[in-house]
Amino acid sequence: MRDVAVVSFAQAPSVRADQLRNEVEILMPVVAEALGRSGISKHEIGFTCSGSSDYLAGQPFSFVMALDAVGAWPPMAESHVEMDGAWALYEAWARLQHGDIDSALVYAFGKSSMGDIAELLTLQLDPYSVVPLWPDAVSVAALQARAMLDGGHHSERDMAAVAARSRRDAASNPNAQVRTPLDEAAALAEPCIVSPLREHDCPPVSDGAAAIVLAAGERARQACARPAWIRGIDHRIEPASLGARDLATSQSAALAARHAGALGGAFDVAEIHAPFTHQELILRDALGLGDRATAMNPSGGALVANPVMVAGLIRIGEAAQRIIDGRARRALAHATSGPCLQQNLVCVLEAD
Amino acid sequence: MTTADADPRQATPLTAPHMLEYEYTRSVGPVIGRFFGALQERRVVGVRTAGGRGLVPPQEYDPESGEPVGDFVDVASAGVVTTWAWVHAPRPKHPLQRPFAWALVQLDGADTAMLHAVDAGDESRMSTGMRVRIRWSAETHGDIHDIACFEPEDAR
Repeated sequence: MRDVAVVSFAQAPSVRADQLRNEVEILMPVVAEALGRSGISKHEIGFTCSGSSDYLAGQPFSFVMALDAVGAWPPMAESHVEMDGAWALYEAWARLQHGDIDSALVYAFGKSSMGDIAELLTLQLDPYSVVPLWPDAVSVAALQARAMLDGGHHSERDMAAVAARSRRDAASNPNAQVRTPLDEAAALAEPCIVSPLREHDCPPVSDGAAAIVLAAGERARQACARPAWIRGIDHRIEPASLGARDLATSQSAALAARHAGALGGAFDVAEIHAPFTHQELILRDALGLGDRATAMNPSGGALVANPVMVAGLIRIGEAAQRIIDGRARRALAHATSGPCLQQNLVCVLEAD
Repeated sequence: MTTADADPRQATPLTAPHMLEYEYTRSVGPVIGRFFGALQERRVVGVRTAGGRGLVPPQEYDPESGEPVGDFVDVASAGVVTTWAWVHAPRPKHPLQRPFAWALVQLDGADTAMLHAVDAGDESRMSTGMRVRIRWSAETHGDIHDIACFEPEDAR
């Protein structure tokens, strides 16, 4: 495998609703910042790949318009995934393995504020037997939370502890959106939205964008004093039907972790994409992070900033940034897609 | 030709209707179609995979192996709740407009569970492992709404 590294990362602060800027306007400074930090000009970038959803924008091919944030002239090599930007990064990493280019730009954007995100996410379910019943995203997540609690290994108190830690970490993250401290006992006394999920178990509605520059080999060393090398990356998916898999565990995350080489050795930091509190507990088990001395989601994670289609790429960026800054030597990043952790991507990042 | 038509400033603009829609219908196919056809007759059918797993609702391909599925199998209209979630404030699109449970229900004879609503009246009546049965709609049309919801089997 060719050595490929994250050499720069930038993100827009996550906000409840950016009513003054469209997606291009949110993206432009983010793309410029990521390229600027890498010192690689847009004309040198060998491949550009983005992640977003037309359903958020409410119009087909909305990603084409987002290219204005890059400036697609002269003609450039570009691709898009209708997925979280973490999967765009995977495509760019695979493209760099071809060996004929040395750098790639990855970006993601999403304005969840423009619609009812909980109902919009219903549309990713089975169109024949499930969507006509309109189970919203919180309801579907609650089915998984109940399955996990029934397993007996985790409690609602554990879930509240995840939320409280995420809020504490959010206080020192200027890009986080939900930064009010959480009193666990008081939070557990609150009524459920959809039992067993309370408000603190659910992610905020967020608008945001992020960009990462990847570079290979020597080009990475020129672009960054301490590149975050991608030592392993893999993604796996489970059946679409919620009733055909075990919701209390994450087989696909465990499989991706194994193939990415994430099940051995210690991590200084793990950035896990868990929009709901119970999902972090399920993922910690699947990724084997339960007993390891790893800083969990020091950014606060998706519970404090959840721009849909972006939050997974931010996990890779936050993990890589800690290596680039010298705060970590080895980091694990994870992204998820689909209902109830249907699809999972695991990325192992290391300093030299 | 009238004078008004001759003068472009007086001309009536041409108009044409434009409706944003997908101009096609889609068949649900031989497998899911069979499932909905049975629902219309107030029966539930699934499929058996090569490995012997009963999938309800049926799918055209085995999610484990990707192989085409085999024979159709009749399953019961009652089964067990494998997980559930209580909705305190239903949304306008939800199938019931009073507090209800979402549940994954594994029907007797099936190896997978289907998602639907349970009209249990109160959250305290819900538990994982409880038995529920289908409440059929008064009229059936060959879609998922032929099942109005599930209800606890011990309900009158």
